[in-house]
Amino acid sequence: MLDLVWLVVVVPLVSGLGLLVWGKEGDRVGHLVGTVASAASFVIGLVAFVQLLGRPEDDRSVADTLFTWISAGPFHVDMAYRFDPLSALFVLLITGVGTLIHVYSIGYMAHDERRRRFFAYLNLFVAAMLTLVLADDYLVLFLGWEGVGLASYLLIGFWQHKPSAAAAAKKAFVLNRVGDVGMALAIMLMFAQLGTSSIQAVNATVAGQASESVATALGLLLLLGACGKSAQVPLQAWLLDAMEGPTPVSALIHAATMVTAGVYLVVRSNGIFDAAPVAQTAVVVVGLVTLLAGAWIGCTKDDIKKALAGSTMSQIGYMMLAAGLGPAGYAFAIFHLVTHGFFKANMFLGAGSVMHGMAGPDGEGDVDMRHYGALRRAMPVTFATFGLGYLAIIGFPGFSGFFSKDKIIEAAFGESFWIGLAALLGAGVTAFYMTRLMVMTFTSPRRWLDDVHPHESPRVMTVPLVVLAALSVLGGVLVLGGWIEHWLQPVVGPSVHHELAVPAWVVSVVVTAVVAVGVALAWVTYTRTPIAQTAPADPDVSVLTRAGRNELYGNAVNDTLVVRPTRHLTRVLVFLDARLVDGLVRGLADRLGDTSQFLRTPQTGYVRSYALSILVGSLVVVLALLAVTLA
Amino acid sequence: MTAFWIVAPVVVVAALGLLFARKAVHAALSVAVVMIGLAVLYAAQGAPFLFAVQIIVYTGAIMMLFLFVLMLVGVESRESLTETIRGQRLAATVAGLGFGFVLVTAVGQTTLGPVTGLRSANEDGNVYGLAALMFGPYVVAMQLTAALLVTAVLGAMVLAHREALTPRRSQADIARDRMAEYATTGRHPGNPPTPGVFARHNAVDTPAPLPDGSPAEDSVSPSIVARGQLRDGFDDDIHVVSRQLRREDDDEDGAVGREQNPRRGSGAVGRDGEPRRGSGAVGREDNQ
Amino acid sequence: MNEYLTLSMILFTIGAVGVLVRRNAIVVFMCVELMLNATNLALVTFSRQHGTLDGQIAAFFVMVVAAAEVVVGLAIIVSIYSTRRTTSVDDASLLKL
Repeated sequence: MLDLVWLVVVVPLVSGLGLLVWGKEGDRVGHLVGTVASAASFVIGLVAFVQLLGRPEDDRSVADTLFTWISAGPFHVDMAYRFDPLSALFVLLITGVGTLIHVYSIGYMAHDERRRRFFAYLNLFVAAMLTLVLADDYLVLFLGWEGVGLASYLLIGFWQHKPSAAAAAKKAFVLNRVGDVGMALAIMLMFAQLGTSSIQAVNATVAGQASESVATALGLLLLLGACGKSAQVPLQAWLLDAMEGPTPVSALIHAATMVTAGVYLVVRSNGIFDAAPVAQTAVVVVGLVTLLAGAWIGCTKDDIKKALAGSTMSQIGYMMLAAGLGPAGYAFAIFHLVTHGFFKANMFLGAGSVMHGMAGPDGEGDVDMRHYGALRRAMPVTFATFGLGYLAIIGFPGFSGFFSKDKIIEAAFGESFWIGLAALLGAGVTAFYMTRLMVMTFTSPRRWLDDVHPHESPRVMTVPLVVLAALSVLGGVLVLGGWIEHWLQPVVGPSVHHELAVPAWVVSVVVTAVVAVGVALAWVTYTRTPIAQTAPADPDVSVLTRAGRNELYGNAVNDTLVVRPTRHLTRVLVFLDARLVDGLVRGLADRLGDTSQFLRTPQTGYVRSYALSILVGSLVVVLALLAVTLA
Repeated sequence: MTAFWIVAPVVVVAALGLLFARKAVHAALSVAVVMIGLAVLYAAQGAPFLFAVQIIVYTGAIMMLFLFVLMLVGVESRESLTETIRGQRLAATVAGLGFGFVLVTAVGQTTLGPVTGLRSANEDGNVYGLAALMFGPYVVAMQLTAALLVTAVLGAMVLAHREALTPRRSQADIARDRMAEYATTGRHPGNPPTPGVFARHNAVDTPAPLPDGSPAEDSVSPSIVARGQLRDGFDDDIHVVSRQLRREDDDEDGAVGREQNPRRGSGAVGRDGEPRRGSGAVGREDNQ
Repeated sequence: MNEYLTLSMILFTIGAVGVLVRRNAIVVFMCVELMLNATNLALVTFSRQHGTLDGQIAAFFVMVVAAAEVVVGLAIIVSIYSTRRTTSVDDASLLKL
């Protein structure tokens, strides 16, 4: 089966393209085909994973070349894949969570007349994401990278009849392009400096063949690409708007898989980052800033999906932080990525279930948490699964998030006390905003709008929730006995442990204590005073809340720094084009026209005026003859 | 030289007539005068053959062709006097005067030297001299001119030719159409009856008598009917004529020569006093 | 000799001006004929001046060509008249379009 790993990409790709061209007859079974394709991919990936598991430790990397993609002189790119422990984990995460979300979507999109198209896009996304993680060459990776960007664009704008959705899709696409420029430049730089873009070759040779400045440049460019894809500061502005897409999309693309591609890229390029300490520091800074910014935003949003999106930013910030810590953190970045994939997909799907249940008479899901409350009894399964996800994300001892976040904070403290402290603060804030979300949605008194009748979602939606909840709880087993570090060792090298001043359990206790404080604070804040059905107006809330509601003015910053200057520049260019270039061209044409108009006047069409000109001409000739003769 | 000074002013005046004549016919006549004048000048300059050709070909053939075409397109058509092209007349006048001035001045300033004269060239006669040249050195040019003439004839034929757009109607078609018309409108298919033929009258204004003696109106041209010149009564003529004949029988010996032309009886009648004068008046009316 | 030539020039100029100012195509055509006749006069005059008959031959050819030209030209005028019902040269001014 290891020889057939490429099938995991091809099956959803063929299914997706086929669904797109199938036509109306495919509407009845299109969703089933899409789900089966994804599930088939998962089965192939699982079998391959088990076979990989059965191999000796130093042989757990299968590479194969399907065909030569580009062969131009010294530049050679193979359409090659590499199935190693890192990509195996990703394949399982993508196809596993992807399949569950496919199943969930059958119920969630049941009443959408374009459901077949939705599943086609989901399949295309899965195929592109698998291309990304299986690629053995940065150029092939870039192919998947752009593919997921396209799928993300199509799915965010799936309800393109809503102007907000269309605008959000465009925004995500444009901001991703900024990151993609970094990616593209990095690949060009690799080829220019190292003569290859193969991931293995680049990471093996970058330390020896290229100077540190080249490595730093590569690292920063890749980080730019990662920032775009993973919604890290400063390219974070698109993620919250991307919640305009259908909720399964938010769960799959904007929580579990695509947005973690940046983390994957950094971990996969560990050779480059190990050779460039400056770039590593930049990764840490970006991760920390995003961690705190996302948490801050998450505290202030009343839109349940945007609050979760802020949380996603924050959690990816954790992963980035860990990835930036170097060998000490790579494994934990991936570990947190996997557990986050489980519990965040779980919670997003739960939020979708809530929206589904809270849908008004017009069928539009309600996302405002201030209209929720007391859904604990109305939607017991959703509450239970969401609660398990909640416990996992805040790091309740024994749940998956506890292990993964704990390890990252520990590693951060090993790097520097202040980084650790910031990560610790993030954990407390995470607890605060997640508790706020839980209280506002499930436990507080009901604040439903009229004509809203919350009900539990159908089985097809709750079963994936249950499965994901179980994974959220149990995901932590991966770290027991250091399995994850051991498993990833062939890819990222042996894990390095910094000696802390205090034993590791002390860190765990402190983290748990901080989390407890966050939970208590939120509990007190949101149960003591009743929650208003409408959000307090901006002047009534603190500066910090206002900043959070405005997403820390990310859009304003973009507007001021990029959009408005660009617009002014465009206006100048338009002016120059209209007046200078067009003026020259049109002026030339006008002068030609005037001249022609002038030359046209003798052309009266009257034969007599032509005869006159002949007579005048002969007069001139006679005079000239006379002049010549007489002279 | 005398001939020149007589002819030249006439020619110039006639040529100016071409410029100023309103009617195209007058212009054509002016041109004819110019050409005859030029023919005279040719004769005066030792070119009798060209004199003949000028008269025959130009004045006789070409000018007649012009007049023929003028008749064809309407003699009465006058040019409007307003000039349609702005400044054309002024510019033409200025340019023409300038051109003429320059040419005349140039010719006037030129000294040509002694005139050789055609005495020796015309030794065997002008026509012989021309023939020797034309069928000698200029024979190719003459053949080409002949070809040009034939081409011109063909060109004129092509230009005047009109494509038949409908199939030619045969006699059978015409007969069938006539019968069809007779069936629908009742118009007689045959020729209309000819007017009555009587020796004493201008017969086209006299309707033919039908078998019952009444006149057949449609035997006379409608335009005569419209002008009111239709002659309707002719019964009395017979009596008048027979009376006159009887009278002339009475004095037969004195009127031998007049028997040869009985139609001119009115003259004979007029000679004989009162009653003849009356009949003479009738005869004059008849001839109107 | 010069007087013959001067007469020829005057006639030629009159013909040229006539072409420019007259609008009836037939009259214009007659003016062209006048110009041809003026040249004929000059040719005959030069024939006498030089004492050879070549000038007369040339005048003769001019006449023949003029005859051919008249045939075709008048045919053109007639066909224009039959389609446009006019002989004014100004009405045939579509050349500019």
